[in-house]
Order: sequence, then structure tokens, then C-alpha cells
Amino acid sequence: MAAETRVLNHAAAEKSEEDHREHLMLDPRPRETLNRWVMEAMLTTTPRYWIMVIVLGLLVAVLLFGAWGNQIAVGMGVTSKTRPVFWVTYITTFVFWIGISHAGTFVSAILRVFKAEFRRPFTRAAELMTTFGLAAGALFPLIHLGRVWIFYWLVPYPNARWLWPNLRSPVLWDFLAINTYLLSSTIYLYLPLIPDLAMARDRTTGIRHFIYKILALGWRGTEAEWHRIRTAINIFAFAIIPVMFSVHTIVSWDFAVSMVVGWHSTIFGPYFIIGAILSGVSAVVMILAVLRATMKHMDYFIRKEHFDALGKLVLIFSLAWAYFFYNDFLLSWYGGDEALKRVITFHAEGPMAWMWYLMLVCNILIPAVTLWNKKIRTSPWLMFIITTLINVGMYFERFLIIPVNLSHQRSPFDWGEFNLTPTDIMIPLGTLCLFLFLYLVMSRLIPLVPVWEVQEGQMAHTLRKVGKAEVTSVSELE
Amino acid sequence: MAEQKNKKWGMVIDLDRCTGCQACTTACSMENNVAFVGEKDAGYGRSMQWIRIQRYWKGQYPEVTPTYQPMLCQQCGNAPCEPVCPVFASVHSDIEQINLQVYNRCVGTRYCANNCPYLARTFNWFDYQIPEIMTNYLNPNVTVRRRGIMEKCTFCVQRIHGGTEKAKAEGREVTDADVQPACALACPTDAIIFGDLNNPDSPVGQAARNKRGFRVYEELGTDPKVIYLKAGGKYGG
Repeated sequence: MAAETRVLNHAAAEKSEEDHREHLMLDPRPRETLNRWVMEAMLTTTPRYWIMVIVLGLLVAVLLFGAWGNQIAVGMGVTSKTRPVFWVTYITTFVFWIGISHAGTFVSAILRVFKAEFRRPFTRAAELMTTFGLAAGALFPLIHLGRVWIFYWLVPYPNARWLWPNLRSPVLWDFLAINTYLLSSTIYLYLPLIPDLAMARDRTTGIRHFIYKILALGWRGTEAEWHRIRTAINIFAFAIIPVMFSVHTIVSWDFAVSMVVGWHSTIFGPYFIIGAILSGVSAVVMILAVLRATMKHMDYFIRKEHFDALGKLVLIFSLAWAYFFYNDFLLSWYGGDEALKRVITFHAEGPMAWMWYLMLVCNILIPAVTLWNKKIRTSPWLMFIITTLINVGMYFERFLIIPVNLSHQRSPFDWGEFNLTPTDIMIPLGTLCLFLFLYLVMSRLIPLVPVWEVQEGQMAHTLRKVGKAEVTSVSELE
Repeated sequence: MAEQKNKKWGMVIDLDRCTGCQACTTACSMENNVAFVGEKDAGYGRSMQWIRIQRYWKGQYPEVTPTYQPMLCQQCGNAPCEPVCPVFASVHSDIEQINLQVYNRCVGTRYCANNCPYLARTFNWFDYQIPEIMTNYLNPNVTVRRRGIMEKCTFCVQRIHGGTEKAKAEGREVTDADVQPACALACPTDAIIFGDLNNPDSPVGQAARNKRGFRVYEELGTDPKVIYLKAGGKYGG
């Protein structure tokens, strides 16, 4: 009885300490102020920003296009690929980017469908990550081609060769899935952007005004327009969820349908999806931490409560990933296939075992130890470090699955090693720079906070006095 | 003119007879214009051999004996490399019943090579330069491949075609003697026997029924057309 009273007292004390103003939805500002803040965040460029843009642009030119051009001119041999390791960092980074791009839409669409209110200020930042993550990832199927100058032979169109691409090939499934996802996620990014573009149109002059005018499609904000855009966004939010699940399943089929030991696994579909969401939600946290620290007024929109909520999501997906990893491992081991047993032993005991342990530490141990703690979850820079480590772990997960598995196949004569070359590292780094470059440029071209969604949320939330207690009440707007 | 029956070209490799001399590798490289990659790349594992000698050690030091297993494309009846190619560069031929690689179609995804359990495919990592004088050695019946293209053993398809055409012109049935691939001709111990598996009386047909016969990774369902005869057992040396 005494213990129970203590718990209840503790809970009551915690509740009384909580300030409702900590929540963005309960800390409303006049609409004009919010609009002005978002515009200022978009239009403010410091010298540091321009230096970053120029440096990243140069890095993209050198690391990505320079190294890629050299590879095209000289041959695929400038990478570390050899027999039997025919895929190394390119496909690894491809899967990594597709995984990252997953969560943008996941966070936005799933939370929108379930009407999770904390999503409101950062849906666009997440959706933008999807678009540019896909843009960076979609380069890799081209980069890894031996003869990239005839890449259009992979495209299904009536041609003079009288030859259709092979629809049995997972490469083509990838092509179609990524295109579908890129198209639908770009539209899904654009639809909620229209009211904000109209807002920006009304507050700019010159060339910006002209561009926003075209992009805003003559938005006036009438009731009929709101009704239509809500319907459209709702349809897309529902429709994009199965697309999102299918895309990463299809990426996993690249491996699962093959005969390679360690790839041929029926659990790869859900395992890849969970991994993708884990790395993607972590990437959202990383981006939000950076945005909050560098952009004007962002600390109003992106608050500790958002890191708290996303931290819980990361923790859940880390646990789910651990479960799927264990499943994959257990079934491989239990199956008793000699070659498969050798591969999983090679993971844990081979020369690249450090990656395996690093992956387990980063993906399971670190989130499980740290993210239970609310103090850690509400500290943006600690969250940044933790989520960066998770993404490092997820990269190594893909690295283990692709080149490390390939180096240890059935016939012992064909066990091979590979030594990474500069090109192997430069091109993936180049796509990271490309992603950051595009994100940085775009952050000054479109309102990065969906300000109408924030305003809508703030209108819906009110504090009511019930007896002595203040209670949050949310009204249904849609 | 005799009716041309469908042939099932196949190979039997007697591991008891193989001495690991690599004459087959050499002959294959000369016949099929296989590039020489140089010392550095070969050391890294990029040597392009359509048929290679896999050497395994048997026993504990100091009583070790080497065993040799020539490994080449197994011309699978149900080939894992074929469905994964996005541009139909890896295809099955209806007439010869072998697995072909169409060099001109290949865009170099290297997916086929990953999916081959025998790792029989080799990739052109660079454009390998052939010294001017050496170009006279090139076989005019075989394409010279450039960088970014996957290639592999074809059972010397140019010889199969040549032999079949010759037999047709002479109005007779094609025999195994018309279509011998370079490796089988070069093998000093006759460890490699090539011919029509559908003909039970041919040397290859007889050898295929040998009790020592096995097919590599048959359990994967690839239906390989190369049969190995086990070495060192009850039935042989």
C-alpha cells in the first residue's frame, strides 16, 4: 500500500512539473508570426551556409562525378571487386540509401494516417529526405554497371533492338519499384507543399514570387480547395504505405531470390523493411537535430518532445530489428546447411568479425541501453550521436550481407578477399555529399516546416480546465 | 542429307586422370581469345579463366596430396544466371541446349556471376591490351570482349556450329569427333571427354554411366551437363 502511494505521488509530482507550453501544439503563436518565422528560416543565408554549399558542390564534383568518370573511362577494375566478390560498396550503399529514404515517407504517411499529432512540424523534412535519399540511391544501379553508357537497355520501351528487358530479373523489379516510389513520394511531398508555396508566394517578390506562383497552382485557400487537398493527401498517405513496404521487399528480393549462401532467405523481406525503417527514422532524427541547430526559428518548431517521440520509435524498431536478426540467424543455424553454417561462422569469427560485433553493438546494445532514458531522448545532440551510430551499424549490416557473404561461398576454392580501393569509398561518400548538397539547397527554396499543418494542429488543440486540472482537448478538424 | 537430331552436348571429367597440368586452361584461352590480365590483377583473383583447375589438399602435413578439379561453366539445364540478367545477355539456346552469353547485350550488372554457385563466370574489369604482334593469334571465330562485359565457357560453341555445318554440308549426321572443344583436345590424359549425352554408345555416353559419376552441387537443382568421375575410390586409382 505504501509503495503504491509512493508511485502515485511520484506520478502526480511529475505531472505537475510538466509544462504544457513545452508542446508545440499547446504553445500557439499568431499565424502571421509563424508564417514570418518560416519565411525567415527559408530566406536567411549566412556566409557559413554558402561555404557549405560550395564545399559540398565541389565534393560532389570530385568524389562522385570525378571518381565515376574515371571508373567509366578506365573500367570497373578501379574498384575492389574481384571474383567471387562481384558487388561491394555500390550495392551496399544502394540498399542503405533506399533504406534511409524509406522512413521519410514512413514517418510522414503512417503518422498522418494514425493522426499522430507530433508529426506536424517535421513531415516535410522527412519527405524531403525520402526524395533525395532515393535520388542518391538510384544512382547506384547506374554506377555499378560495367557498361553504363548503354544503361537505357534496362528501360522497357519499344526499341530498334527488338528486345524487351527481362521481367524475370530482380534488377528490373528494382527499376520499376524505385521509379514508382520516387514518383509517388515526390507527389506526396508536393501536395502538402501547395498551401505553403502559396504562403511563400504572397510574401516574396521577383523571381521567387514568379516560381512560387507557378508551383502554388493558384492556391487561394478556399474551403473547397482545402477539402480537395485534404482528400488528395489522405489518399496518397494511405496508398503510399503499401508502395513503401513493397519497395524494400523488392530490394530484398535482389538477394533473396538468388542462390547465394546467406542471401537465399525468406525472411529477408520483413528483415530489410525493419532495418530500413530503423536506419531511416534514425536519419530523420539526425536531420532534425542539425536543422534545429542551424536554421533560424527551428527550435520553436522542432522541440524536445519530437526527439522524445522519435526516440521511442527508434527504440521499438531497434528491438524489432534485433528480433528479425535473431530469426535470420537462428533459422540459418538451425537449418544445418553446411555452407550457410560456414557463412554465419565467418561473420562472427572471420577477419571482418569486427563489423559483425560493431553492428550488434550499434543496432541493439546502444539503443537498448540509452533510449529507455527520457533525459537522453530529449537531448538532441545525444540523440544525434546515437542515431548516427545506428546508421553506421545499419551500413555494416548491409556490408556483411553483400560483400562479406559473397566472399565466403560454397566452394572453398572460391573463398576470396577484397581490399577496398579509393574509388570504392569516394563514390558512396560522393552520394552522401550529393544528398547533403541537395538538402541544403532545397532548405532555402521551399518552406521546410509545413506551417499550415502546425497552424491547423494548434487550432485543434486547446487547454481546458476540468476541476483543478488542465486537460488537453483535441478537436477533429478533418 | 541426314536429319539433324537434337543433341545434348555434355562433358565428362575423370578426376582420376586429371593431373592438374592446366593444358585445358591454356588451350581454352587461345581458342576463345580470353584476355591475360597481368600478374597484379591475377594475384588479386581477377584472372580470366573459362576453365580453371581447382586444387585441394588432402591429408595432414607432411602427408599431403593435391587433388585437382577442373571447373568450368556447367551449362546448367536450369541455370541460375539466366533469370537474373535484366537484358537477356545470359540465355539458353534451344538447339545446342547450352547456356550462352551474348556479349553485345551485356551491360555488366554482374548479377549472373554472383548467382552462379560454381563461380564459373569471369568479368572484364579493364580493357586488356593485346600487343600488336599477338593480334595474329586471335581466333577470328570468337568475339574479342571489351571492358564491362561478363564472359564464360561456351563449350566452344563456334566449334559446335562449325562441326554441325560441316556435317550438314557433307550430308551426314554430326558426330562427337566434329565438335571437340579446345580443352578436351588439349587434355594429355584424356580426362575431359566431350560429346552427345543422348547417344549411349558414344565415349561420353558410356563415361556418363560410370558408377563414379557425380555432378557438382546437383542438390541445388541446377541440372548441370558436366559429369565428374570421382577420384581415388573403389573403382579407380
